Amino acid sequence: MRTSEFIAALAADPVPEPIHVGRRFAAALAVGLAGALALYALFVGPRPDFAEAVDTVRFALKFLDALALALPSLMLLVRLARPDAKPGALGLWLFAPLVLLAFAVSVELAVTPSGEWMKRLVGHNWMYCTTMIPIMAAPILAALIVAMRAGAPQHPAWTGALAGAAAAGIAAFLYASHCPDDSPLFVATWYPLATLVCAAVGALAGRRFLAW
Amino acid sequence: MPLESPPGDPWSKMMKTAIAGDEGVYRRLLEEIGRSVRAMARAAFARARLGDADVEDAVQETLLAIHLKRHTWDPSQKLAPWVNAVARHKIIDAMRRRGARRAENIDDFEDFLAAPAEEEPHALSDAKKLMETLNPRQRDIVQSISLDGQSIAATAARLSMTEVAVRVALHRALKSMGAAWRRSVS
Repeated sequence: MRTSEFIAALAADPVPEPIHVGRRFAAALAVGLAGALALYALFVGPRPDFAEAVDTVRFALKFLDALALALPSLMLLVRLARPDAKPGALGLWLFAPLVLLAFAVSVELAVTPSGEWMKRLVGHNWMYCTTMIPIMAAPILAALIVAMRAGAPQHPAWTGALAGAAAAGIAAFLYASHCPDDSPLFVATWYPLATLVCAAVGALAGRRFLAW
Repeated sequence: MPLESPPGDPWSKMMKTAIAGDEGVYRRLLEEIGRSVRAMARAAFARARLGDADVEDAVQETLLAIHLKRHTWDPSQKLAPWVNAVARHKIIDAMRRRGARRAENIDDFEDFLAAPAEEEPHALSDAKKLMETLNPRQRDIVQSISLDGQSIAATAARLSMTEVAVRVALHRALKSMGAAWRRSVS
């Protein structure tokens, strides 16, 4: 087939309804969040001493760290829907949660006796943490991947991994209100592990569903 | 040294007009983009010692991707860099499929903006093969509009379909050709 003949078929194709990738993202986020909240309400729930915990720095830090992961990765994800996108300064913000964690860990190490360290790192709930964050992230990740299919990301696997990290950030925000382990030693060990699981699943999904 | 975009940035205007529904302008725009993509693909294939035989496939695949993904272009930006990104992506795919290593080494699209018009090769292209993956009705419609140069209206009349149904079938056919092309990569 000559290219000019092929172009005739393309030009005859009707102008589609405009696709707004940003709006699709917002819708996907709403749907995914609803799924995650449903899982939270059914299986997780807030910890009994939530009201007292709110006032402690360690507890608040868990939410801050989850947001520091979720926000820049979501914003970068929207940008990467375009094939000519460059991560730019937003890419650097992905290091924010790591810097925050590193800082919190060094303070924790300074203020707690070394005999406590291992106990705080292992905590009570590491198994539940590394399972529930990915489970609550799953509906968010699925919705983000569906929305992203309207886009044309340069690197489908990396983009999928980023979607996984964003979903993990949101799920970690929810999970943080349940978990009794507040030490930065616990948070810096198990939350990133859960995030890596989500990013790996996201990378596989991206390779499979975001190629164009 | 990359060339400057054509003065006045005519492509961006043409794409806006095309998205507003002007078929003639859209066709001219795709012809012009195709010419530059052809030069870009030819240079990339030559550097990877791949020969010219499949260049036209890469061009057609790029044009199809431009068509199906044109909503990811931000109209407040120039069109050429966006086309460059799509073309790179598709040319790299096409080269990998043919076993090229170091496929990333591709000149910037802007170097080919002023590519001269040349005789378009009559390729035994993938597009023809991919049409065989379509269902008979879709294949008939794509063939009628591309190879036979029929209008939507004439095709609809011949197949006793409404024009809307023909357009919907054409759109589905193009999307599934895009998917089939992708499958041939992996």
